[in-house]
Amino acid sequence: MKATVHVTLKPGVLDPQGQAIGHALSGLGFAGVTSVRMGKFLELDLAETDRGKAEAQVRAMCEKLLANTVIESYRVEIGS
Amino acid sequence: MRAAVVSFPGSNRERDIVMALERASGRKPTVVWHGDAEIPDCDLIVVPGGFSYGDYLRCGAMAAHSPVMKSLKDKSSKGTPVLGVCNGFQILVEAGLLPGALMRNASLKFVCRQIHLRVEDSQSLFTNAYETGQVIRVPVAHAEGNYTADPETLKHLEDRGLVAFRYVTADGRTDPAANPNGSIHAIAGIFNETKTVLGLMPHPEDATDPDCGGMDGFGMFKSLVDALH
Repeated sequence: MKATVHVTLKPGVLDPQGQAIGHALSGLGFAGVTSVRMGKFLELDLAETDRGKAEAQVRAMCEKLLANTVIESYRVEIGS
Repeated sequence: MRAAVVSFPGSNRERDIVMALERASGRKPTVVWHGDAEIPDCDLIVVPGGFSYGDYLRCGAMAAHSPVMKSLKDKSSKGTPVLGVCNGFQILVEAGLLPGALMRNASLKFVCRQIHLRVEDSQSLFTNAYETGQVIRVPVAHAEGNYTADPETLKHLEDRGLVAFRYVTADGRTDPAANPNGSIHAIAGIFNETKTVLGLMPHPEDATDPDCGGMDGFGMFKSLVDALH
């Protein structure tokens, strides 16, 4: 079973990389980008076949390692 | 003082720490490899700087779950002092031994230069050779030293006097131009609740030789030797 995880900075946490990307976009002529937030995307292949158990596993992984919950939030999606 | 220095794949400042500790204490520290299950009995554990695990995922995140960290946490909970410098600070934060987080420098640049620190509290194992308010000159070398914490944690750190060092100007004032990474409240280093764990981004170990970098960092190692014998 596949799982995907999005890790992003929490709202309000300064994202200098996102800001720099925003500046670069406006420099390239892409007007109207009011904000850019950068994050991480992870794809996991799991041996688990039960969706609920898989999601619980991946959430535990996020809490323990994949995200730093002081500054980051995460979103888990379980695929097929 | 018997010190143990924990080394991870990608640590690169362990030798600097070993030299500084040896200069101050006259005893050679033990270097412990990350895969070792047990840190030997010692008076002080140091987690040095570098790029453990290539800074994969987040700085310090992988090292924080290394086998040796179980022994480090166990010894720390029983009162063995722990010092984390630079990547060592990042590792201690990721391991939950110190609060908050260290983010990418506000400038997005790797900063490598001499900076000034104000000693915020001289009543600790790590700082007793300094005066409170004393300004010292030591180097920084990092890209992720931008300290942050939620408002509640920050208030707690300030109220309890757990901020150990702040980035300041040469005359001891906080100023955005003197803050190399954008850290909140100009925080350069913090203590845990019992002041037995200290983490800081600057490198006092690289200011312990009069011919190379000056001696302003030596006070930290002298403090530890005086406190721990």
